[in-house]
Amino acid sequence: MSLKKIHDKQPEKFLFSDKNLQTAKDILKKYPEKNKKSAVMPLLYLAQKQNQNWIPLAAMKYIAKYLSMSYISVYEVATFYSMYNLSPVGKYFIQVCTTSPCLIRGADKLVKACKEKISPTESQISKNGNCSWIEVECLGACVSAPMMQINDDYYEDLDEKKTIEILESLIKDKPLKPGSYRGRKNTAPENNKKINGEKYA
Amino acid sequence: MLKDEDKIFKNLYNEFGWEIENSLKIEDWKDTKNIIAKGREWIINEVKISELRGRGGAGFSTGLKWSFAPKEVGSRPHYLVINADESEPGTCKDRDILRYEPQKLIEGCLIAGFAVNAHVCYIYIRGEYLNEGKRLQEAIDQAYKKNFLGKNSCGSGWDFDIHIHFGAGAYICGEETALLESIEGNKGQPRLKPPFPALVGLYGCPTIVNNVETIAVIPTILRRSGKWFASIGKPKNTGTKIFCISGNVNSPCNVEEEMGIPLKELIENYAGGVIGGWDNLQAVIPGGSSMPLLPKKICDTITMDFDSLIANKSGLGTAGIVVINKDQDIVSCMARIARFYKHESCGQCTPCREGSGWMWRILDRAAKGNATHSDIDLLSDVTKQIEGHTICAFGEGSAWPVQGLLRHFKKEIDKRCSNDPLVKKKRNIPYLVDQHLLEKKDNA
Repeated sequence: MSLKKIHDKQPEKFLFSDKNLQTAKDILKKYPEKNKKSAVMPLLYLAQKQNQNWIPLAAMKYIAKYLSMSYISVYEVATFYSMYNLSPVGKYFIQVCTTSPCLIRGADKLVKACKEKISPTESQISKNGNCSWIEVECLGACVSAPMMQINDDYYEDLDEKKTIEILESLIKDKPLKPGSYRGRKNTAPENNKKINGEKYA
Repeated sequence: MLKDEDKIFKNLYNEFGWEIENSLKIEDWKDTKNIIAKGREWIINEVKISELRGRGGAGFSTGLKWSFAPKEVGSRPHYLVINADESEPGTCKDRDILRYEPQKLIEGCLIAGFAVNAHVCYIYIRGEYLNEGKRLQEAIDQAYKKNFLGKNSCGSGWDFDIHIHFGAGAYICGEETALLESIEGNKGQPRLKPPFPALVGLYGCPTIVNNVETIAVIPTILRRSGKWFASIGKPKNTGTKIFCISGNVNSPCNVEEEMGIPLKELIENYAGGVIGGWDNLQAVIPGGSSMPLLPKKICDTITMDFDSLIANKSGLGTAGIVVINKDQDIVSCMARIARFYKHESCGQCTPCREGSGWMWRILDRAAKGNATHSDIDLLSDVTKQIEGHTICAFGEGSAWPVQGLLRHFKKEIDKRCSNDPLVKKKRNIPYLVDQHLLEKKDNA
């Protein structure tokens, strides 16, 4: 359960775009007709994507109406799950994993780099307005630690220098490619080349 | 050491490609129709013979779980739910299955769905694995195109559909009933058991919840027979397992090995050894952060299987091995894990909601050297008050690592807790919380 702050400046209206209305219809097909409520999580994602990566209260009201749910049940879901942003984040939203497996491989240096390059505190939008960062719990890429997630992509096997390079590329609005920064294409052992079959990617 | 031909996940490192054409070459979807034609009882019996234990952490017999589903479909439909909400620190095996071996999972879903009478399957993927989820969706679409899914799946006469549902960053949704709540569109807070999901699960219908790895090994077991699977590993701890080795090792990696492999062999052979050599090893968390850590002395000889780890008061859990060497401060490392549990507690049960915060604050104090003598007793007291007093196993999961630390690294904590208690006995102020501990110490 995470602490979440509702943004103080809320837009008055929210409507799904025509394209998203179609997507919403497709999402509803996945669930039994009388269990429309199940679609609340995917629809919140949809709203978040449409509204520059954060969910205004108006969107929650809209979704509540759309799924014939009470507003409070939507609010409950939006505040419970940590991936729904309830206030604006940068165009590049950086999540640094700092749980123990990453921490013991130097995640604190990544945090330091974020503090220096982007903003001194978490969830604060950078000076040029296109980045923000937060510390998050385990992102499930422990054998590629330390790592961070920028929007939807994983940047793995980092160190301080490479993190700074990546962050600078974001500030310049020309993001570097995601993936391993030690040249790995998968999670295979590195110095033992013959384990699962002969050839290796 | 596991022979190459006995490996189940041949494409774990994506050397053959993940698309369905490549999966067919490594024998995915081979004879699926014939397997299903052998019937429900044969499938469940074969899984029982294989002695496959769930790979999600609890290690419950999969065949037995399936046999709990009602034999006949009554008024309510049955569901199969796959738990891909992999968030246990130290674990990243399911991610590779979703990325590189999706067809094994999809085929397993069809067979498992048939075995438990389910026509619909939901795969619950954690929200952060968005790209992995998209990949799986592509793989599912490819399977639909080949008629392996949908009406009369794979020519078996069984209709089967798979849907993906994304989570949104809640660790607790890896607990099966919280996961079901989450699919239903609620906060992910676990339900009281019984009734178990096998009878009353998703939308109140009989539901079987299995881990990704458990389901992905099923097709191979049925193709090569349960006896073959049972011949690998140790009795009651059979088969192969993907181990994730992370932390202070030279090359962290995922590797499929047989159950019961010595921990030292895993670390030395695959992960390039501990940074600074084996003697520089301080402790190992053997099964994801919920399992108590093991000091070097035990690591020298321990084998990685459910029962021998339980005998050492730890557990295999998800087999996420986190290696911690002597360069690390063990107390602050565990304090960070305690912070993880504080952050992820769903807030439903008071002992866990409040206790996880207590444990984090005390450990954080200890890591900074600000703790008092009485804090050690207080800490162990808090862990005992959480353990067994919560709806789900999260309580144990948060208390056990701290208990492990107290069990094996008491000296280390003792060193940090050198401050005098804030309250001395002579200033007897009854409303201060640590008063009772002071009195106990004096009496002793």
